[in-house]
Amino acid sequence: MNAMKLKRPGSADWKKLLMDNVLILVLLMMIVVIIVIEPAFFQWRVMKDILTQSAVKLICALGLMFPLLLGGTDLAGGRQVGLAAVIVASLSQTATYVNRFYPNLPNLPIIVPILITLLVVSVIGLCNGLMISKLKMAPFIATYGMSTIVYGINCLYFAQEPNRSQPIGGIREELTCLSSTQFLGVSLLVWIALAIALVVWFVLNRTTFGKHIYIVGGNQETAKVSGVNVPLIIIACFIIESCLVGMGGILEVARTGGANSGYGVSYEFDAISACVVGGVSLSGGVGKVSGALIGVIVFTIISYGLTFIGLNPNWQLIIKGLIIIAAVALDMRKNA
Amino acid sequence: MQQYRLEVEGMCKSFPGVKALDHVSLRVKPGSVHALIGENGAGKSTLMKCLFGLYHPEEGTVKIDGEPVTITDSKAALHHGLSMIHQELNPVPYRNVMDNIWVGRFPKKGLVVDEKEMERKTTKLLQDLEFDIPCKTLAKNLSVSQLQAIEIAKSISYDAKIIIMDEPTSSLTGAETDHLFKLIRKLKAEGRSVIYISHKLEEIFEIADEITVMRDGQYVGSYAVGDITIDQLIALMVGRDMDERFPPNEHVVQEENILSVEHYTSSNPRSFRDISFGLRKGEILGIGGLVGAQRTELVEAIFGLRPIREGKLTMLGKPIRNRSAREAISHGFALLTEERRATGIVPMLSVKDNALVAAYKKFVNNKLGVLNPRRLVQPVDQVCKQLDVRMANMNVQIKNLSGGNQQKVLVGRWLLAGCNILILDEPTRGVDVGAKYEIYKIMRQLVREGNSIIMVSSEMPELLGMSDRVMVMCEGRLSGILEGEKANQVEVMRLATAFSAKEEAVGG
Repeated sequence: MNAMKLKRPGSADWKKLLMDNVLILVLLMMIVVIIVIEPAFFQWRVMKDILTQSAVKLICALGLMFPLLLGGTDLAGGRQVGLAAVIVASLSQTATYVNRFYPNLPNLPIIVPILITLLVVSVIGLCNGLMISKLKMAPFIATYGMSTIVYGINCLYFAQEPNRSQPIGGIREELTCLSSTQFLGVSLLVWIALAIALVVWFVLNRTTFGKHIYIVGGNQETAKVSGVNVPLIIIACFIIESCLVGMGGILEVARTGGANSGYGVSYEFDAISACVVGGVSLSGGVGKVSGALIGVIVFTIISYGLTFIGLNPNWQLIIKGLIIIAAVALDMRKNA
Repeated sequence: MQQYRLEVEGMCKSFPGVKALDHVSLRVKPGSVHALIGENGAGKSTLMKCLFGLYHPEEGTVKIDGEPVTITDSKAALHHGLSMIHQELNPVPYRNVMDNIWVGRFPKKGLVVDEKEMERKTTKLLQDLEFDIPCKTLAKNLSVSQLQAIEIAKSISYDAKIIIMDEPTSSLTGAETDHLFKLIRKLKAEGRSVIYISHKLEEIFEIADEITVMRDGQYVGSYAVGDITIDQLIALMVGRDMDERFPPNEHVVQEENILSVEHYTSSNPRSFRDISFGLRKGEILGIGGLVGAQRTELVEAIFGLRPIREGKLTMLGKPIRNRSAREAISHGFALLTEERRATGIVPMLSVKDNALVAAYKKFVNNKLGVLNPRRLVQPVDQVCKQLDVRMANMNVQIKNLSGGNQQKVLVGRWLLAGCNILILDEPTRGVDVGAKYEIYKIMRQLVREGNSIIMVSSEMPELLGMSDRVMVMCEGRLSGILEGEKANQVEVMRLATAFSAKEEAVGG
């Protein structure tokens, strides 16, 4: 607004700053309260636990950020975590384990099950992307449909002879070491998640593809008129998202040493919530990797901390819900 | 009888970092048309939104008929006899005309909506206003000018004492504007006051009784129409003298055709057909016509956004095909769309990101599409300087810029993409007088540098003042191309209505 005079920074800027960060402040205050009630919360072992627990959630949140930046969503995210977990687990059991999913499967190089898993979830992402870009379906319902399909496929696969829906165990050392190995005192999971975050940041901020994502999410018509290949961007976003949540499933197996078809349920909502708390707009076009990171860590701290001070888990649900609602309300005020 | 129907005194309103209104006053007499003018960003719309309760001013008093009132929301405004025709039309697309007019105050029979009564009232309202629109049509099937008519009907249906019209003619044709003016005179005769906001000064001199000028959020002065000239007004608005409205045309158009369009026919049988013309190097080719002449459709088809059934494009002797915007851009075409908000800017992104939308590929020399952010700053900076975009820095969100500056950024977008055939669809719509001149200057500069421009314009002075040749369309057909002296208002209007059976039709 060239014609308007710039006011010297005053109360209005303060308010805006407060407004933009009010949620983070409230959550920080909650953490302070937790520490006051139970000072033992503030110790390295607890922090380490929180980081480890945040790792898979961060990867999922980074994944969900792609459809969210487009102004869409993927309600099949959690079920893809589950499918990925079951597939990778079924292909990477130790040869000596008694209840093997594939009794005669040789020990494959560990990269093979991982690639097969990512390939399968990529196909799901491709389908999501095609439905949304080419058939112009509303993302929320299209991906919900996909989520029940994915769960159905997962259950069918999981119920196969001879497994008959038994939890899959006996995961090979090569996979579980991703979680058990420590580097600089922290689980390798955390380093993997941070590395992925760095790559996602780079893609979003430093590549034409990333820039185009923000533009498609901000104003799809402008993107089209400006020669951006909109369907391609949408499809690519969903494939990347599927690969990331698939990676989340694989690491979940590494962390827990097993898998069953119920893995990952509602992870997409946790991921979306974390993103929104971190300032990713549900209307598309707005959001940062740092936001997703803060959102995830804050959620883990709260849920871990509330357990730590012995709060009834049912109350935790209510508090979590309130945080999400507050975050969405703020998003609407800022970005709608 | 009070001397003034509406008195606004010392109104102040700030947004973060900006003082949008700085002690503004406005006095409107009963039964008069009061024009409010100023450049975009002068605070006209903000003032009106404060009056209508959409914004809450920090200071200031509002009196209606001498009585001080506080307007907390638009409901209160309507209660006090203020209604407003908004600049941006927001119809509910899948609801019909009646629903759109009576939303919020449906006539009821007990608990249910009285559809019959509503239909009767709508029909009567539209008849009184002489708008020929069936009241059960869905809003999404109406043209922009029909929507405008509905919006006018809606504001009148409140039986308001003061009607605020924010750019009511921005999408009306000449005949429709005349019709609107007839209505305004009728409202005036009934003792109602109209606050009329417009960038079209000719209109203001035709319809207004008094004029209030604003600049930079401040009140400049109020004048009776008879006491002031257009040039004086423009000088007051921009705060400097403007001796001419169009920059001088110094360049020479080359004879050679850079582009020839042959037999372009839309896939949609109701759209344009059999359009052939040539675009010369360094030329501004104006496309004139009435609303509904399918000009936008034609240029969008040339840009590859709409399918064609038939037609050939030849660029410098080589046949090309534009089947998508990407293909068109790769051939050096650029399109500045008519709807800046809907298809132009990405509001929440920065000026820099908006400027680079179409150009990222150009700044990448590796397969992975990795960008070097430092290399992006300089070209954007250069283009913004070249186009004189006024902003704090290139990282501010584009939605904080005035309309004229947003438009400059969009022109910059295409310069960064390296396009040399620019299609400008209503390039100065919603842009204030000062910025208009700058955009004209930019257009002249671009053609001097060897680019060619196709400009669709509904503003006759702009069409005649800027174009080297004027091509006129009517009802999807090419009715003629005017050159030099032959391009005058009478000829353009004659061609614009050449095939039209019902020239006087309103709202269609």
